[in-house]
Amino acid sequence: MLPIVWGKEPKLEFFFQYLVAGITYGTIYAIVAIGFNIIYNATGIINFAQGEFVMLGGMTAVTLNQFLPLPLAILGAVVITMIVGAVIEIVFIRWLHKPSVLRMVIITIGISILIRETALHIWGESVRALPYFTGSSTSSINLGGVYISSQILWVVGVGALAVAALSGFFNLTMLGRQMRACSANRDAARLCGIDAGNMVTLSFVLSAAIGAIGGAVVCPITYVQYDSGTPLAIKGFTVAILGGLGNSTAAVGAGMILGILESFSIWVLPTAYKEAISIAILLLILFVKPSGLFGSAEAARLKEF
Amino acid sequence: MARRYSMVAAFAGLIVAIQLATHFMDASYHLTQLTMTAYYSLLIIGLCMLIGYAGQISLGHAGFFAIGGYVSAFLTTHNLSSYKGGAFASFLKKSGALVGRPDIYGGELLTVHPLLACVAAILLTVLIAYLIGGPVLKLKGHYLAMATLGFGIIIYRIPLGTTFLGAADGISDVPGFPLAPGVVISGASSLRVPNYYLAWGLVILGMALLLNLVQSRVGRALAALHGAEDAAGAMGIPTARYKLNTFVLSAVFASLAGVFLTHYNGGIGPSEASVMKSVRYVAIVAIGGMANLWGALLMSLVLNYLSLRGYFGTYDDTVFGAILILIMLFAPDGLLRRHLFTDLKRLVSREPADEEAP
Repeated sequence: MLPIVWGKEPKLEFFFQYLVAGITYGTIYAIVAIGFNIIYNATGIINFAQGEFVMLGGMTAVTLNQFLPLPLAILGAVVITMIVGAVIEIVFIRWLHKPSVLRMVIITIGISILIRETALHIWGESVRALPYFTGSSTSSINLGGVYISSQILWVVGVGALAVAALSGFFNLTMLGRQMRACSANRDAARLCGIDAGNMVTLSFVLSAAIGAIGGAVVCPITYVQYDSGTPLAIKGFTVAILGGLGNSTAAVGAGMILGILESFSIWVLPTAYKEAISIAILLLILFVKPSGLFGSAEAARLKEF
Repeated sequence: MARRYSMVAAFAGLIVAIQLATHFMDASYHLTQLTMTAYYSLLIIGLCMLIGYAGQISLGHAGFFAIGGYVSAFLTTHNLSSYKGGAFASFLKKSGALVGRPDIYGGELLTVHPLLACVAAILLTVLIAYLIGGPVLKLKGHYLAMATLGFGIIIYRIPLGTTFLGAADGISDVPGFPLAPGVVISGASSLRVPNYYLAWGLVILGMALLLNLVQSRVGRALAALHGAEDAAGAMGIPTARYKLNTFVLSAVFASLAGVFLTHYNGGIGPSEASVMKSVRYVAIVAIGGMANLWGALLMSLVLNYLSLRGYFGTYDDTVFGAILILIMLFAPDGLLRRHLFTDLKRLVSREPADEEAP
């Protein structure tokens, strides 16, 4: 759990500690949700193996860090996960002609199982972690009575940077614009000379990259294990739905909401049920407003779920 | 009609043949896994009805299995002897609702009768299935898959986080289930053969029920619904009600499977509720041919048995994951398609005809 240094001060500081913890987890959930959104926008597929990218990022970084300096290990982990993302798309997705949603759901679930089981056979069941990027697990920064571990700043900082970089990529670069064109209207984009197939591969690569970055940054705090992807995928999906599927800016806000809600839920509920909170929220949102908190119901009806 | 029952008879013959084979090969210990396979098959055919015929995916059926298993296990092991003096408890005991038996320390154990526990488990399952099914089945595609997956995970979390359900250890020392005088579901090795027949008898009973349902007005409505839901609705079929009722029916099959298997194994653990179990059930239905009850049953017999005997080793989950991917990539209608048998039969019957022709 989060290495929060409990202050002996009155409750207001507890409140901020919980808030900080919530924001940290919220950042990770938002990163996973954005990964979902990138692929969803390009293909209309929900990639149930999204959580496995996060796990792979963390696991590979830990392994590489045994003989590489930390920044290189993380870079290597991201590159390897990107390759895995590309391979998945090329082997399993690319050649399917207009697959049904049910078919894609089952295929990506199968992929997530295969990745998880492969990780189990490579790394075993042991729990691993990267060292703190700066400082150590016991050092902390005092911000007006609230003690914050330096890694939390790394998580939030890198998360913000990744979101900004992605938004820059989609809005400012030619490649990003081509990807957006494909998601808006694939046939029209093709008529303009865009290779739609490659754009889908690229979306898997990008999504794997952002997942791996998130996995590497957060694993000093949350640790990583072969099966830590699935809970993250569920929460990331909750956040993606909460913000409205495909809307990455809203995903950041939704990530914060879920992270903070979950963090404060420990006040009233035993920690064993913490995971159930986000799923209960997911079910509630699906039942009441499947277009998401920030999405429009009319736009949602046009999408094929 | 005749074909339906000839298939049932053929399957019953297969079950007898398997038992005889294990008997003569002096390998009757295989019957234990085959009996467990039977109870999992009960869940599989119910799920096949939901996925294949009503066209609704569920990634949470291990949850219903666990509800049945846990309710039954808790009620039949929770000691009520401290209430023994109470008037209500003694009334219940006299009416047979509570049964006493000695515990391992020689003290008295007063618990709910398994039959009553089973009824309670089914009632709870029906209640939960209706409550969940109503809103969940309004969803489609990704959302339906995720919502049922979420339901499964919540159910998985409950026994893990609850001490009176045994947390990570589960519940053990569950007594046998006396279905009728002289008929007990129990894992005792002296009862191995009768239990094998009892379990598969229950499966055949369930199968007959579902086969009749498929051929009935309900089955035709489901087929229309699966083909084109809006069109079915326009024809006056209450699609929402049919979907919900099928969901509840399949949940009851899963829950009954949980009740029976828990009594047979003498216990249940949280792994029975895990998401991987739910995914495995979907994989078996998929490889069986989606809308093919016989295919699902045969695949369940083969795959569950192999898995329970440990033939897949540490690659158990990998095998089911790979099956899912391969089936969905290359044969999305399932390996044993509904018309595969008739196609084969036509092929076989035509060839001799061609030879005789000249």
